[in-house]
Amino acid sequence: MKRDLRFYLKLMFYTFKISAFTFGGGYVIVTLMKKQFVDELGWIDEKEMLDFTAMSQSSPGSIAVNASVLVGNKVGGVVGSIVALVGTVLPPLIILTVISHFYTAFIKINAVRYLLLGMQSGVSAVICDAVYTMFKTVWKESRWIALITSVIAFVLVAVLSVNVIIIIIACIILGIILYGRGEKKA
Amino acid sequence: MMLIKLLWSFLQIGLFSIGGGYAALPLIHEQVVDLHGWLTDVEFADLVTISQMTPGPIAINAASFVGARMAGIPGSLIATFGCVLPPFIIISILARLYMKYNSLDVIKGALKGLRPAVVGLIASAGFSIISSSWLNETGTSVYGVDIAAVLLFVATFFVMRKWKKSPILVICGTGIAGLIIYSIFGGAVI
Repeated sequence: MKRDLRFYLKLMFYTFKISAFTFGGGYVIVTLMKKQFVDELGWIDEKEMLDFTAMSQSSPGSIAVNASVLVGNKVGGVVGSIVALVGTVLPPLIILTVISHFYTAFIKINAVRYLLLGMQSGVSAVICDAVYTMFKTVWKESRWIALITSVIAFVLVAVLSVNVIIIIIACIILGIILYGRGEKKA
Repeated sequence: MMLIKLLWSFLQIGLFSIGGGYAALPLIHEQVVDLHGWLTDVEFADLVTISQMTPGPIAINAASFVGARMAGIPGSLIATFGCVLPPFIIISILARLYMKYNSLDVIKGALKGLRPAVVGLIASAGFSIISSSWLNETGTSVYGVDIAAVLLFVATFFVMRKWKKSPILVICGTGIAGLIIYSIFGGAVI
């Protein structure tokens, strides 16, 4: 990948586009980034995207910004991380600055609510699709352990509202115990 | 003076908001409402509503919104800058460490153990969006289940798997579908 001006403009465009359409929190943007940078462009691989997600969740700041800085850093070094940061921050920055002047009217616009109600279906479908392909990746890597860990993590967070950091720490320890001494050579 | 206060306040929000999303809310409330009185409680509630209606993380939305209301465009720029600077520095250091050490067996093992959990976490985010979208009182709801949302989801998922359409196109498409459906049948308050 040639890191010229064209490349950085592309990176800026993609991060801007993804950020502008991220409704519904950090994990939504992660799935959109996976679609764009893993599936469409092949700039990073799926395992890296999962690693970046875990790192983004465990570090201060929003998942969206952290994840795009990590992607930018990986594909374009320090300049890339700054470009990705700016691309991600600009849409909310512009929108909120504009809206701050007439927000009381904005909140009451029914059309925006209807649009968002519909978009929830699209976002859910995108997440389900991404979860399906991501699961295939971890299944290939660690089989039944992957199935058990992902289901337990899902139940703990979705049903029991356990703190995510606890799950991350537990899985790091589990991973080190199970695989930390290196792969056995066949 | 205002700009420096905004910068200092949002630097702290950026540094101490761990976990993303609504985990940052109490911290933002403390800085913006309790300590500085930049927003009233009602305005803060409005800010949360706006954040749900617009793209972007809540901390950045709050920084741009409060900054713009207090000191115009320079205010929103400074506050947003403050909010992203600490996480940017920390995550850049993490990125460095990741590139340097991800071939070590211990780190490889830890990451391998972590990946399936991340899939579970993303699935749980999907689950919470699906449940708030399906279990919703709108003009198309039957016994508290929004039939239109369920059908729209099934159709969209099918389209995504079959034709591999771009997710942004899909999200926009369902937005327009929602606009039409709920304009006819009536929508609910999110």
